Amino acid sequence: MIEIGLGHYLSLGAIIFFLGVMGIFLNRKNVIVILMSIELILLAVNINLISFSIFSGDIIGQIFTMLTLTVAAAEAAIGLAIIVIYYRNKGSIRVEDIHGMKG
Amino acid sequence: MIVHSIFFYFFSIIAIFSSLMVITSRSTINSVFFLILDFISVGCLFIMVGAEFLGMIILIVYVGAVAVLFLFVVMMLNVSEQKQSWFIGKKSTHLPTGLIVSVLIFLELLVVVGGWKYKDNLMSSSTLDLSNVSNTHQLGLVMYTDYILYFQIAGMILLLSMIGAILLTFRQRPGVKKQSYFKQISRTPESSIELKEVDSNKGVKIDD
Repeated sequence: MIEIGLGHYLSLGAIIFFLGVMGIFLNRKNVIVILMSIELILLAVNINLISFSIFSGDIIGQIFTMLTLTVAAAEAAIGLAIIVIYYRNKGSIRVEDIHGMKG
Repeated sequence: MIVHSIFFYFFSIIAIFSSLMVITSRSTINSVFFLILDFISVGCLFIMVGAEFLGMIILIVYVGAVAVLFLFVVMMLNVSEQKQSWFIGKKSTHLPTGLIVSVLIFLELLVVVGGWKYKDNLMSSSTLDLSNVSNTHQLGLVMYTDYILYFQIAGMILLLSMIGAILLTFRQRPGVKKQSYFKQISRTPESSIELKEVDSNKGVKIDD
C-alpha cells in the first residue's frame, strides 16, 4: 500500500481506461465528449506504456508513447474537423441526431 | 518513499476524479476543463515516475494544443442548449450493454495487473547502457538512431492530419471579394487599357 510499484500505475491506467470506455458508451450529449473519451483511453494506454518502460528499465516504451501521442494529436485534429463540417451541414452534433447510417 | 506515495495518491485521485467528471459533466465546456486537469495531473505523475521528457510533452502537446483545440471547437459550435446529461435524457437503449462491456474491460485489466504481481523478474530488451544519462538524453540516443524511421513516419502522420483538417474545413464562399494574386500579376496593359478617340463636346461613355 505504501510502496508504490508497477501495479499501482497499471491500476490507475485500468481505471482511466474503464472511465473512457464508459464515457463512449453512456454518452447522450454531443460527439465532442466521445472524442474526449477517446483521448482518455489513449492517456491510459500511455500510462501503461510508460510505467512498464520505467519499471523494466527499457526506453523503448517511452518512444512508443511518443508515437501514440502523435497519433492522438492527429486523431483529435481530424475528428474535430469532421465535427465542425458535420455541424456546418446538419446544424447539430447531438448523438441522437446522428443516425445517417441507421445504426 | 512516503512522500512518493503521498504524491502518487494525490495525483492519481485527482486524475480519476477529473476523468469521471469529463464523462458526467453537464456542460461540454466543463468537460474540457476537467480534461485539461486530467492531462496535467497525469503529466505530473509521468514527471514523478522518472519520464520527465514525456511529462513535459504531455503538458505541451495535450494541454497546450489538443485541449485548447477542443476548447476552440466547443466555443465555436453552438452546444449551449445541449446541456442534458446522459443519465436524465431520453431512454437509453445501450446503457446496460455499455455498463457490462466497460465493467468487463475493467475486470480484465485488473486480472492482468493481479497476474503480473507474481511475475517478479521483468526482462529488459535494451542493449544500450543508459544508466548514467538523463531521460531526455536517453530518448534522443535511441530515437534518432534506431527508431529514425518511426520518427519520420510520425512526422508524415502529422503532415497528413494537417492536410486532411485543412481540406475538410476548407470551403469557397460565393460573393466574397478576395485578392487574387494570379489575376493581379497576369494583368497586361493590353488587357486593361483601352484607348478611345474623344470627339469635341461629346464626352466618352464608360461602361461600368
